[in-house]
Amino acid sequence: MRRSVVMLVALLLAGQALASTTSILAGYARDAPGGFSAARGRTFYTQEHRDKEGRATSCATCHGADPAGPGRTRANKVITPLAPSANPQRLTDLATVEKWFTRNCQDVLQRPCTAQEKGDFITYLQSVR
Amino acid sequence: MRLPDTPLPYLLLLLVFSAAGLVLADDDDGDDGPRSARALPQVSHPQWKQECSSCHMLYPPALLPERSWRAMMGGLDAHFGENAQLDAATRDNITAFLVANSADHTAARRARMLARSIPADEIPLRISTTRYFRRKHDEVSTEVFKRASVGSAANCVACHSGAEKGAFSEETVRIPR
Repeated sequence: MRRSVVMLVALLLAGQALASTTSILAGYARDAPGGFSAARGRTFYTQEHRDKEGRATSCATCHGADPAGPGRTRANKVITPLAPSANPQRLTDLATVEKWFTRNCQDVLQRPCTAQEKGDFITYLQSVR
Repeated sequence: MRLPDTPLPYLLLLLVFSAAGLVLADDDDGDDGPRSARALPQVSHPQWKQECSSCHMLYPPALLPERSWRAMMGGLDAHFGENAQLDAATRDNITAFLVANSADHTAARRARMLARSIPADEIPLRISTTRYFRRKHDEVSTEVFKRASVGSAANCVACHSGAEKGAFSEETVRIPR
């Protein structure tokens, strides 16, 4: 009896996390009518740009080539994995997601990310096992 | 003069010296535990913890003077080459906390010495550029700071495991390979 209760709670929590990400994606979809693609998101994730100081930088530079693994900041602090499969808290809170998009898009792309890019990026991360 | 026959006077002397030793002993045997007089005071603020340790260790506010914290918090969009911007309310709350606990507002000796080592017209953003820091690390080679296990002089916790709690005593330093 207890085991099924635990499983039910876990399922509910996972379902809730998924529901949050789904609603975040729905928000971006309003400005990206063509839909999202994990493949495009993967290209976006690894695409390098020259940052303000001329360094070749991509999302992967700090978050790691594999989003299911940890990353490292330029100040040597470990970053917990981005992929929800490895880190279920990720991509569930819109304010947090937007905070990091605002900062990191500015650093990597020198501009805000579009809704299309955000949606593709999240779709890719959700696909990573 | 004749020395005493009984052990009593010797025992008394032993007792007096032991008592004096205990009374004069201090906790400051080099261990920078929270009780140590040398450790910086442990301070806390939920937004500071939440927002200021995602990308680097949590630097004790007593490691920089007020003017440095104000300058840093006023330029978060270019925070050591990265965008760390915050909403105005959060930024102001954290700034107030940092200023209240800055090196020139902290009684601990280490903080006072650090603050005094900075010329009044300088506003350092990097703790590692202060004269106090350079003096304290003058026996540490640049090679050590470049090791993969350390990274840079900004990574205090690599060698000072208690850094986030304000503990920097030399006796507790362990330099990784």
